[in-house]
Amino acid sequence: MDLNVLRSYIPLYNEALLLTLKTGLLGILTAFAIGLSGAAAIYFNVPVVKKVLGIYIELFRNTPLLVQLFFIYFALPKLGLRISAETCGILGLGLIGGAYMIETMRSGLFSIDRVQSESALSLGMTDRQVFFHIILPQAFSVSMPGIMANVIFLLKETSVFSTISLMDLMFTAKDLIGMYAKTIECLFLLVIYYLIMLLPVSILGSIIERRVRYAEFGD
Amino acid sequence: MSELVKVKHLHKEYGRNVVLKDINLSVKKGEVVVIIGPSGCGKSTFLRCLNGLEEIQGGVITVDGLPVEPEKKDISNIRQKIGMVFQSYDLFPHKTVIENAILAPILVQKRIRDDVVREALELLDKVGLADKKDYYPRQLSGGQKQRVAIVRALLMHPDVLLFDEVTAALDPEMVHEVLQTMQELAKTGSTMIIVTHEMAFAKAVADRIVFFDQGEIVEEARDVKKFFEEPETERAKRFLKTFAYE
Amino acid sequence: MQSLGIDVLFKGTNAIRLLKGLWVSVEISIISVAISIVLGLVIGVLMTSKNRIMRFVLRAYLEVVRIMPQMVLLFIVYFGTTRVFGINISAELSAIIVFVFWGTAEMGDLVRGSIKSIPRIQYDSAYALGLNKFQVHFFIIFPQTIRRLIPLSINLVTRMIKTTSLVMMIGIVEVLKVAQQIIEANRKASPNAAFGVFVVVFLLYFLVCWPISRFAVKLEKRWT
Repeated sequence: MDLNVLRSYIPLYNEALLLTLKTGLLGILTAFAIGLSGAAAIYFNVPVVKKVLGIYIELFRNTPLLVQLFFIYFALPKLGLRISAETCGILGLGLIGGAYMIETMRSGLFSIDRVQSESALSLGMTDRQVFFHIILPQAFSVSMPGIMANVIFLLKETSVFSTISLMDLMFTAKDLIGMYAKTIECLFLLVIYYLIMLLPVSILGSIIERRVRYAEFGD
Repeated sequence: MSELVKVKHLHKEYGRNVVLKDINLSVKKGEVVVIIGPSGCGKSTFLRCLNGLEEIQGGVITVDGLPVEPEKKDISNIRQKIGMVFQSYDLFPHKTVIENAILAPILVQKRIRDDVVREALELLDKVGLADKKDYYPRQLSGGQKQRVAIVRALLMHPDVLLFDEVTAALDPEMVHEVLQTMQELAKTGSTMIIVTHEMAFAKAVADRIVFFDQGEIVEEARDVKKFFEEPETERAKRFLKTFAYE
Repeated sequence: MQSLGIDVLFKGTNAIRLLKGLWVSVEISIISVAISIVLGLVIGVLMTSKNRIMRFVLRAYLEVVRIMPQMVLLFIVYFGTTRVFGINISAELSAIIVFVFWGTAEMGDLVRGSIKSIPRIQYDSAYALGLNKFQVHFFIIFPQTIRRLIPLSINLVTRMIKTTSLVMMIGIVEVLKVAQQIIEANRKASPNAAFGVFVVVFLLYFLVCWPISRFAVKLEKRWT
């Protein structure tokens, strides 16, 4: 391995990491927003919305992100909808992530014992107060390990962005290999940068999981 | 005395399955009514109807003159008049003892936090749990949890308290402390409707016994002592026998 | 439908080529899943071993697989091995190696989870009835583990089919690559082909994965 090559590549990888993180986080935030509102809609049994969400979830959970991105990036412009590669990446990640997040949060919401909402209602709380003060906080901590797993999954999925020419880590590595054929150095840095991005999230995830499983509230 | 809770011709069914038929009952202010009966007789469902947790298919329930209708917007106003303690798991696990107690008075009744906290501490002290105020429910025993649940209900200043088999899920040695708390409440003149399997407790605390069987009121007795010695109906006799060991 | 470009698929052998491309993806998945299940069963049992070093090593293996995007693994195996060892591995073989490496770890974790989820009382009561260690594992624990395992491993199949879409990146001509070729070839004749063809690819993936995941959900509901 050539250290000089590594050193000269690092700035390019830094830039790529920043872009990956930026699009990744925006995509995850979108996914989270879709997940929360979708799960709430299912919880409150909103008639038509519930059906539509069901179809959306099945469609996006049963197709690869790569195909979804190709559809958004290459097919939609034919209908006159042209968006930038970056927006496409964020949107794609948000949509696939949203489908997974709804499922995770929905099962969290439904895992809370019925007597919890009944005793809150019997204290005179409204449905909205029960949801936000009693059900959601508990459901959230139940769902936390699942949410973290989704976050890791989504950050990994950003590697697919390279296929729509978004200059993320994967794209940069591929590009540099193509230009200078320093394969080993490029792949080495690629692994290191993904570790930098994902290892902290993974460790945080297992800490949270242990918390939820063994301690819950009050330890 | 005024009639606080009035139930007229209450009818409740799940699909084709009739669980309550033509229930008539009124409870006066300060009265302690104990409902007993075999499992599945509809007594718990009856309590849940009183609090608007179940939709009813016929009849009228009023509390303090106001109709209890689950679908109406003002149901939360009526529920504030009715305190309820459940069998178990009704404390909010993500909130401490004191937070459990003060949440609804502050959120629902918009009372001043300091006042509510002061009152909550007084009540917790009365049930011997003042030192546990910052504990989370999972750090408490079953009996302690139920006493907190009672404090939480009391803090709303309800007109009537409903108890739905509050000791049924407790270890035997915890039952006594909870019943004692309830008995003290009864002495202070609270209006209470209690569903229980604890016959000795029912005998000690009740102003009136209501015996449910197969979704209807079979016997109502103001003479509590006489009811337990020689009930008028055959069904009550048979039910009480199941608690004896001859 | 001229304007939306679906017509392209009816030209010549285009539709058949697309389906053949899909079969390449499914084939790679089936081979990888089959090997992963066998290896995963072994790895999963080893993951419950009492040996700390063994558990640590396998845990590290699982973490690596969980953290590294499959695309990175594909690149390492396909491009990296050629440079380091000077051997040329075909793209198909690289894909299968990566998917087996990944699938074995995931399958192993599912096996571990299923074994761990059997309550202790099941062992205790079986031993109390006088069964020996082999009988306990073979007649009591194993059947229960399998029931929990099957729906979960079916889900692994759909995950793998979806992930095979990545192999076009190392030059395998699967459904997505065929789609691109068709669009490219008809660029002049039907400029909107991208829409029709990608909609069809999207639906093809859905039609393969959706029934499989419904089946897994059904099994899960029936068995738990």
